[in-house]
Amino acid sequence: MPVFVGIWCVAGLLAIAALGIAAGRSSNGRTLVYGGCLLLSLAGLGGALWHLVSGQPAVVQVLPVGLAGLGAHLRFDGLSAYFSIVINLGGGAASLYALGYGRHEEAPLRVLPFFPAYLAGMNLAVLADDAFTFLVAWESMSLASWALVMANHRAPDTPRAGYIYLVMASFGTLVLLLAFGILAGTEGNYSFAAMRASQPDAMSGALVLLLILIGAGSKAGLVPLHVWLPLAHPAAPSHVSALMSGVMTKVAVYGFVRVVFDLVGEPVWWTSLVVMGLAGITAVVGILYALMQSDLKRVLAYSTVENLGIVFVGLGLALAFRANGMGLPAALALTAALVHVLNHSIFKSLLFFGAGAVLVATGERNVERLGGLIHQMPRTASVMLIGCAAISALPPLNGFVSEWMTFQAILLGSQLPQWGLRFMIPAVGALLALSAALAAACFVRAYGVTFLGRPRTAAAENAHETDNWSQGAMLTLAALCVVAGVLPGPVVDLLAPVVQSLVGASLPAQTFLPWASLVPVAESRSSYNGLVILLFLAISGTLAALFIHRLATRATRRSDIWDCGYPDPSVATQYTGSSFAMPIRRVFGATAFIVRESVDMPRPGDTRPARFRIKVIDPAWRLIYGPTARAALKVALALNRFQFLTIRRYLTLVFGTLVILLLVVAAWR
Amino acid sequence: MSSMSFDIAHLLAGSILVLSFVLLYQDRVSAVLNVFALQAVALSLSVAWQAAIQNAPHLLVTAGIALVMKGIVIPAALHRIVRRLGIHREVEEVLGAGPTMLTGLGLVALSILLVLPAGQNVSILVREDLAFALAVILLGLLMMITRRNAVTQIVGFMSLENGLVLAATGAKGMPLVVEISVAFSVLIVLIVFGVFVFRIRERFDTVDVGALDQFRGEQGERL
Repeated sequence: MPVFVGIWCVAGLLAIAALGIAAGRSSNGRTLVYGGCLLLSLAGLGGALWHLVSGQPAVVQVLPVGLAGLGAHLRFDGLSAYFSIVINLGGGAASLYALGYGRHEEAPLRVLPFFPAYLAGMNLAVLADDAFTFLVAWESMSLASWALVMANHRAPDTPRAGYIYLVMASFGTLVLLLAFGILAGTEGNYSFAAMRASQPDAMSGALVLLLILIGAGSKAGLVPLHVWLPLAHPAAPSHVSALMSGVMTKVAVYGFVRVVFDLVGEPVWWTSLVVMGLAGITAVVGILYALMQSDLKRVLAYSTVENLGIVFVGLGLALAFRANGMGLPAALALTAALVHVLNHSIFKSLLFFGAGAVLVATGERNVERLGGLIHQMPRTASVMLIGCAAISALPPLNGFVSEWMTFQAILLGSQLPQWGLRFMIPAVGALLALSAALAAACFVRAYGVTFLGRPRTAAAENAHETDNWSQGAMLTLAALCVVAGVLPGPVVDLLAPVVQSLVGASLPAQTFLPWASLVPVAESRSSYNGLVILLFLAISGTLAALFIHRLATRATRRSDIWDCGYPDPSVATQYTGSSFAMPIRRVFGATAFIVRESVDMPRPGDTRPARFRIKVIDPAWRLIYGPTARAALKVALALNRFQFLTIRRYLTLVFGTLVILLLVVAAWR
Repeated sequence: MSSMSFDIAHLLAGSILVLSFVLLYQDRVSAVLNVFALQAVALSLSVAWQAAIQNAPHLLVTAGIALVMKGIVIPAALHRIVRRLGIHREVEEVLGAGPTMLTGLGLVALSILLVLPAGQNVSILVREDLAFALAVILLGLLMMITRRNAVTQIVGFMSLENGLVLAATGAKGMPLVVEISVAFSVLIVLIVFGVFVFRIRERFDTVDVGALDQFRGEQGERL
């Protein structure tokens, strides 16, 4: 049954996309499109939940479309269902949010047809059961999101963002194609069922894993393939940014898990070193860059890079444990990664919605021009606070649960037999701890500079609360952040059959443990209890408030406020985002990025203001992409000459190629 | 298979290859056409001999087509074209005969090196046939790129096609329908080429394809 729900969802979303073209101009086209997307997402969410909760077996369906002789194989199993939940939860929330937010769209026809098509692509990607269908869904997802990124094509940075996104997406798909080519083997059987049946040898299995890591990693934003992500995600309309960051990166994770854990079979242990190393670096570099940004949406995009790093650390750990036949630790690491997938999709969507609300209210994305919004937008500010606390992994919210579980898996790493892994895993753990601390700093900065203090511009001063639809979407996600943090047991149990089918073991049932605790390994080892923490916070908070009210003096005193040593009352004397980030920029400036600070001091008597400029350059551009682009241009210019040859020279080229190939064949034997 | 029939097959296939070399060396247009007709006759004899020793009567049809089309119709048509263009006495400037012949020798060596060791379970006759055929194909290509005259380029192409027929008949014959369609496509190529040669001539007053190059649109935009 659920596979049909999935198929009908995809078909319905495509129909809505067509409707979006037809009705995009009319005033209620927006309601029709987003309302339809919301209903279909809810249906998809319900179908997937039902599939997981009732423990249905995998359902297979072959549609007579697609490649001749192959058709479109679709399969709905636990993993598909779980990711379908993530996609449709994010898609439903984004649709709900867009019912209000879409009102501010300048050119709705640039968004309305592509939004449902984008959702359809992602839904189809997790249903696909052959490489062809998967790649078609993957590419249509990329193309639809590219069109959505280009929706606001007049903004100065957007065309470049779109171009880089397109290049990176094509590169990623090319690498995926190669990986599937190896998996399909010499018979060229592209259905996943055949790939699952034929176990590749260790070497080609490792090669496929590395190729998938590059292909899916370029979509998920693993360093150094992340460069497009902070450009493209913020350029799209906010509800699409939420989908790209919160959901599409999860489809990339799905691709990785599907191929590596399901299709390839037994991994080689050293491949997990590569995955974990890359993931650890991704986590730290992503959050360090997030700290340096002043564009609110770009902060969020870089933080997505960090969170995907955390997810891939979990996946790498699961690979390492699985390669050594350690079922329970592998299940713990994989569960941690998959729970973080859900958690990140919830709070990242919430934060992007909040950023969109701020953007609509003030017209600003630059945190240096905001401030004090907690007074004008109290509801947005409170849900954003929950989102920021969740992404900073503070208990009792959901971000803590998955990161805690990842750390539990890291602590089990000492049981591994290989010394390489025993050294690597604590190092990765240290990177993860560093990134968690930096994430807290990053969101204190983002939240504090945006919502606290005094408004820095007139736009921030005259902001107004966002509409009810948007508030409803944000409130729902904030509630989910709390629920999933306080009661993580059901989520873990929902994942048990999925993890069981992928690594052959699963965590013990958690839902009915006393006091809603989470005990992944053993009671004696460690356990987490969100409910107790919530109760403690509530009681201690209430008591503290009571004591203060009771015991503090009620006398009113008037005096100067503490001015941080600045007697000037101007709003410009407040802590800014870049001043907050300065210590970290100084500490990591020499190693993690290329920072250019320049002070432009006017000469005595000159009345112009002094200026301080900071330019933070991503070394990936300097070290990898710059040289690559220059080399490509050079080769293209050299090849350009071949366009203007005479007919005889062309024939000579053909002839020469033939003779050289024949010579190679002759020499080969 | 008796050594006699082997030797005769060898002789005929070898003579096609030798005629390819003659084509490569010959620089007078009408002489090239005559050599081409001779090559077609050798080809049809070779195919007919294959028909006899393989006991495959349908190859006789192939031989007939080769004889009529390539031995008579096409050379006659090309002779007509050449005479109407008034270039039958033209001496073509060929890339120096010495280097061309040496390259041709190298190509023959390459094709023998390639084909003879392949497929030890196939009879030596088939393998030699294939080696000859590959050599004829490569020599035809070489002829196409060393000539400047459109007519001799056509001849190069046709001789390349002779090599294809030789290869196909050596490998236990080719289906008749394929042979007929190839023959017709070659005929159509001839017609198209013929029309083009006249158009080129009308337009540019020469059939030297080098003259075409200065009329190409992109050249103004050359970087």
